[in-house]
Amino acid sequence: MLARIQFAFTVSFHFIFPAISIGLASFLAVLEGLWLKTGKGVYANLFRYWLKIFAVVFGMGVVSGVVLSYQFGTNWSEFSYRAGPIIGPLMGYEVMTAFFLEAGFLGVMLFGINKVGRRLHFFATCMVALGTLISATWILSVNSWMQTPAGYAINDAGQFVPAGSWWPIVFNPSFPYRLVHTVLAAFLTTAFIVGAVGAWHLLKDRTNPGARKMFSMAMWMAALVTPLQIVAGDQHGLNTLEHQPVKVLAMEGDYQPSPEGAPLILFGFPDSEEARVRYEVAIPKLGSLILKHDFDAPLPGLIDFPRDQWPPVPIVFWSFRIMVGLGFAMLAIGLWSLVTRWRGTLYDSRWMHRAAVVMGPSGLVAVIAGWVTTEVGRQPFTVYGLMRTAESHSPLAAPAVAASLIAFVVVYFFVFGAGIYYLLRLMSKPPQRGEALLANQPHRAAGITPASGVDAASSKGG
Amino acid sequence: MASIDVTVIWACMIGFAVFAYVVMDGFDLGIGILFPGLKAGEERDQAMNSIAPVWDGNETWLVFGGGGLMAVFPLAYAIILPATYPLIIAMLLGLVFRGVAFEFRWRDPGHRKFWDIAFTLGSVIAALSQGITLGALLQGIRVEDDAYAGGWLDWLSPFSLLTGVSVLLGYGLLGATWLIWKTEGTAQAHARRMAFRLGIATFAALAAVSLATPFLHIDYWRRWFELPQVLLTAQVPVLTVICAGIFFQSLAKGHERMPFLMALILFLLGFVGLGISMFPYAVPQAVTIWDAAAPRASQIFLLAGAVVIVPMILAYTGWAYRVFRGKAGIEGYH
Ligand code: HDD
Ligand code: HEM
Ligand code: HEM
Repeated sequence: MLARIQFAFTVSFHFIFPAISIGLASFLAVLEGLWLKTGKGVYANLFRYWLKIFAVVFGMGVVSGVVLSYQFGTNWSEFSYRAGPIIGPLMGYEVMTAFFLEAGFLGVMLFGINKVGRRLHFFATCMVALGTLISATWILSVNSWMQTPAGYAINDAGQFVPAGSWWPIVFNPSFPYRLVHTVLAAFLTTAFIVGAVGAWHLLKDRTNPGARKMFSMAMWMAALVTPLQIVAGDQHGLNTLEHQPVKVLAMEGDYQPSPEGAPLILFGFPDSEEARVRYEVAIPKLGSLILKHDFDAPLPGLIDFPRDQWPPVPIVFWSFRIMVGLGFAMLAIGLWSLVTRWRGTLYDSRWMHRAAVVMGPSGLVAVIAGWVTTEVGRQPFTVYGLMRTAESHSPLAAPAVAASLIAFVVVYFFVFGAGIYYLLRLMSKPPQRGEALLANQPHRAAGITPASGVDAASSKGG
Repeated sequence: MASIDVTVIWACMIGFAVFAYVVMDGFDLGIGILFPGLKAGEERDQAMNSIAPVWDGNETWLVFGGGGLMAVFPLAYAIILPATYPLIIAMLLGLVFRGVAFEFRWRDPGHRKFWDIAFTLGSVIAALSQGITLGALLQGIRVEDDAYAGGWLDWLSPFSLLTGVSVLLGYGLLGATWLIWKTEGTAQAHARRMAFRLGIATFAALAAVSLATPFLHIDYWRRWFELPQVLLTAQVPVLTVICAGIFFQSLAKGHERMPFLMALILFLLGFVGLGISMFPYAVPQAVTIWDAAAPRASQIFLLAGAVVIVPMILAYTGWAYRVFRGKAGIEGYH
């Protein structure tokens, strides 16, 4: 149990950073591409502004990710032994095709702009962005395989081994849905952060060209990608219903079977002891419409399944509602931005900007809520239907795990707390015309260009 | 294909990944270890600049080593990590501090001192725990029914502490010689002095570990001292002594690259020595690489990719190093 808490804690912390770096890397590639194409300074300035933020986020993503890759062995040695032959090679490919690519080109992207030509630098940026996407692909394939295992056989030692071809393993049934949904989630997370930063500076100074540009770009993303994400989520849910019905029933809070169409429960407190939802507020038949695209389709209930296969229903129920609720809130912002854009008041509507600031962290919250739904909903299994979580952990003494859990909590809150503080400070500075290439270099900050001098001065006050 | 033993190829690959990690992150960590010895300001900034663009790539070899171990030797992975649990956790936390310090120290001049200390502590802890892990592995791990069967402090012994300190010194040496190459002025002179002292300490430590290892287990003894192997194994110490000679000479003559090169060769020799002691065990004296091996299908699947991709990785990593060739300078890379 302690090992689980530790893993859940570190993985949740980790995912905060990739969710931003995946989106931000692509955003940076777009900015640099636009700059090369149009030659407009505003793109170059925005590129530099977000590059500094990216450097910090990426660094934290890397260190928290390295922790995870070893935790499989420290905390889940039994799982690693049994599932290693399947998921190990996939993660090996992730390292080879993604992590090295990111890391190899990151140095050039961050520090190399004057060492290599502009085009080569753009190429490096693109490689980093590509690396983050490839990384997402492999790790989600691994995770999806654990959710919907396919293409495996079990050998004498009880290990999962490939049953011939790797195709069904990599492209297991839930992988395409999960990949699309998660990558879109990362883009949305970034869009809302960029949007919030833009809106914040617009509230202070409506004429700042950098702030206008980033706000506008972010709102386009919000307006276009949110509907896609909702469709993707819906399809993802249908797929899950097929492969992990218990999870979907837990998300919906459907304890009792509903032969003539399930309601959509909007609100309530699931109670697994009594197998019912207290204080439920529900719309009849809508649940079946969403899950089966048919008002009268029957659905089973949780009580049709053995109780020892139920996940902790209230957690799944609520985390799912948080995610979906935020999804619709994002949709509202996207639509609102279209309206104001059409009216020509996108840069003037203060309420719009305030709302965008408030929604800044919404992507992060939705992403974590989504993962909690997915991971907790899979309980009590590690490899769905085949290997229980209780059989997965390492033969470790409890005090060792407890001590390390405390160490992780303390260190993470301290280190990443500091990191988030620095990020907010970077974001609170308005984008300026002469953004320093990377304030990373001390002698630039004290250097010759007036703009970077201002930069250093404001960082003291920030 | 059938005549080639994929398992042995993989053992070599993992060995290669670990070696790549040790020397590459070794000089990064070494710089962290030496950091308090450098003067705040120019000396430290040069040192940081010399590794900032490459440290992430260097650390990736660690992930590759760990990931590869899980993929192709899952049993070894599942035994070694729980056995050295506190060490691994300490190493990871050390690497967290080390990694964030790169960015944070520039972001926050007010607390730069603090992040510099975090950088050093993180590096020292990571290096020590890696070294102690090595010692724990060599001295043997208790295995029953294909699982770790010891307590959570079994790794602790005088021998493992000795290997811990040796690795710490060795990384320091790599860091110092790297600085000789990449910096100039007082930083370089300073690094030269440190390299001299660390050189002596490292050779002493290496000798101590080499002498102690054969006494750990009769099997190690046989490998090193029985005829006819001794004719081969004796080459390792001989080469090491030659390497040491060239090292000190080049240091005295003021060469810039030779000391780093010799430090690398020194690590390579140490590594070969380890290989002689360990082969063909994945967990010494308990689990051989064939026992630990994943099914052939898994090994071949990953190998097929590795054969193509690893050379590409080496190529673009080499390119990235080339982009940042020359002295690091205090201006940074702009
Ligand atoms: C959907 C995306 C995604 C998910 C679910 C995960 N990661 Fe991650 N990870 C990334 C996306 C990512 C990334 C975008 O590629 C990162 C973030 C920042 C970075 O440097 O790369 C990264 C970094 C990163 C690193 C450092 C790579 C380096 O040295 O450059 C490691 C070792 C891991 N991750 C390992 C894991 C493990 C073991 C996970 C699961 C338990 C995991 N990640 C979940
Ligand atoms: C990055 C986003 C992720 C988040 C936020 C997340 C969240 C969680 C949570 C909350 C748990 C604990 C469940 C519980 O204790 O009841 C968990 C467990 C687990 N997750 Fe994830 N997870 C993520 C990604 C992954 C990925 C990509 C993998 C696999 C490669 C993975 C593998 C596991 C394993 C092995 C466990 C432990 C066994 C278990 O409790 O089911 N997770 N995760
Ligand atoms: C409102 C519409 C949405 C619907 C109907 C929806 C649906 C779903 C479903 C059914 C799952 C669980 C699938 C499973 O475990 O098998 C899921 C997971 C997830 N959701 Fe959503 N979602 C929506 C919005 C969002 C938004 C706005 C975000 C983030 C910005 C998000 C991020 C995630 C993430 C990160 C996961 C976990 C990874 C995965 O399993 O794909 N979702 N979503």
